[in-house]
Amino acid sequence: MKAEGRVFKYQDNVDTDVIIPARHLTSADPEQLKLHCMEDIDPSFVSRVTPGDIMVAGKNFGCGSSREHAPIAIKASGISLVIASDFARIFYRNSINVGLPIMECPEASEKISDGDIICADFDTGIIENRTTGETYRAAPFPDFIKKIIDCGGLVPYTQSKDKEV
Amino acid sequence: MGMTMTQKILASHAGLPEVKAGDLIEAKLDRVLGNDVTTPPAIKVFEDMGAGKVFDKDRVCLVPDHFTPNKDIKSAELTKCMRCFARQQEITNYYELGSKGMGIEHVILPDNGLVFPGDLIIGADSHTCTYGALGAFSTGVGSTDLACAMASGKTWFKVPEAIKVVLTGKPSDLITGKDIILHIIGTIGVDGALYKSLEFFGDGISYLSMESRLTICNMAIECGGKNGIFPVDDITLSYISKTDPERYSAGDYKVYEADPDAEYPEVLEVDLSAIPFTVALPHLPSNTRDASTVGLPIDQVVIGSCTNGRYEDIALAAELFRGRHVAPGIRCIVIPGSQRVYRRALDEGMLAVFDDAGCVISTPTCGPCLGGHMGILAEGERCVSTTNRNFVGRMGHVGSEVILSGVPVAVASAIKGRVAVPTEL
Repeated sequence: MKAEGRVFKYQDNVDTDVIIPARHLTSADPEQLKLHCMEDIDPSFVSRVTPGDIMVAGKNFGCGSSREHAPIAIKASGISLVIASDFARIFYRNSINVGLPIMECPEASEKISDGDIICADFDTGIIENRTTGETYRAAPFPDFIKKIIDCGGLVPYTQSKDKEV
Repeated sequence: MGMTMTQKILASHAGLPEVKAGDLIEAKLDRVLGNDVTTPPAIKVFEDMGAGKVFDKDRVCLVPDHFTPNKDIKSAELTKCMRCFARQQEITNYYELGSKGMGIEHVILPDNGLVFPGDLIIGADSHTCTYGALGAFSTGVGSTDLACAMASGKTWFKVPEAIKVVLTGKPSDLITGKDIILHIIGTIGVDGALYKSLEFFGDGISYLSMESRLTICNMAIECGGKNGIFPVDDITLSYISKTDPERYSAGDYKVYEADPDAEYPEVLEVDLSAIPFTVALPHLPSNTRDASTVGLPIDQVVIGSCTNGRYEDIALAAELFRGRHVAPGIRCIVIPGSQRVYRRALDEGMLAVFDDAGCVISTPTCGPCLGGHMGILAEGERCVSTTNRNFVGRMGHVGSEVILSGVPVAVASAIKGRVAVPTEL
């Protein structure tokens, strides 16, 4: 699978409170959540994002709360991939569980700029920057995580395992 | 190669003789926890999966605490969804508003005897890591993990490596667990323990009450930690002997110790005697300062939360407020973390002390900590809070500010109307 799109670039420690503020957690509906995605650090994100766009950030993306509403809001907003130097662990787990593609790549995180057009291959981990011509390589997922992704998330994975037993 | 305390608990629950950092395992869960924000989406996943019944109605704990008493119609619908599920599934540990055991999830689970040494617990709340204070492994997950765990009683983990945190010396008077964990987060940063355990060692532990240990483990997540964990000692055993005397007497728990040759890629030495009253300035818990050097004017103080809403916290606040008054123009909100803490504070005359001091007293709720209700900040307002996060917009307007502190600094600040330390009182 591949993702290609225009980059929204953010800094280190993007927390779940700014991805989706708690005042909007009275709904878990993706269509509602996407209306407020990133509003406390980038109020224009919602009006500028187009389907397929890619989010690139620094260290510790998704730190803070365990709210699964955060990756759901990002996915519902049309973002096709989040690249970060690294992710907070609950966010990492939640993203895989809800089927939001993520990649850990410190080099890409450092070199990609806001507005660049990039193309990422989930299978090879190779990220091409169409704007600068650079190429970066992301750490591949462990096999176990790949299986969950291939199944389409934790629920179908759990169900497929139950069938094996 | 020896195992860390965390690794031993994970290995045992996975039915494996040993595990090492990086292993992916599937482990059995002793408790599975959800709240009014995270459980409703989990219930939808649970139903979409066609799961039917929860794996064990005694091991699933459902706690309405974030937006309760419900702040609006939408939050009432969320709680209703969880309440109906709890009734339908006959969940033993569902805590309705006003019931004796009710309160903030991470205050009530340990206090109600639902956490014992050696237990393995996940919760759809990032501060589930609190229970490591009792020598248990616990960590936060999201709603899909909660749904799968409610259905199967199991979940997968990547076995973490650990940072050995050696606590030495005796903390100064009125220095609490909050100062210690803020100091640690300030030292290693908000991602300093990313994907790792914080395992506590050292002679300084004997000076830390169970409440301080719970506060320290509660905020392990604020430096990225998967869990924080304390060794089990007499303080732990004395605590659990009161929370569930029957289980304690039956010896139905297991004390794990790290192997002498366990591998700790990082060691952090912390001299407790050198830690000052510590605050974290906006907008990261790692932005720490010696509280006595800050002096910023404030508008509001919040005392409570899963971090600092336990009996010892409320009692300490009452002791410091006795005979003193909140500064003119400052709002101070005191939120006992559970109905039991509230009742004890009532019986022991503490609520009258708060009232005399000019504080308002709230029923237990997470409320203002996450900007839910009961103390939201307007643009430009600044709050000293005993809660756990000070991210942009956390307690209200994007242009408001939260300064994190322990209870003594919060009380001193309410009285002085600026960030202050108790030695000024």
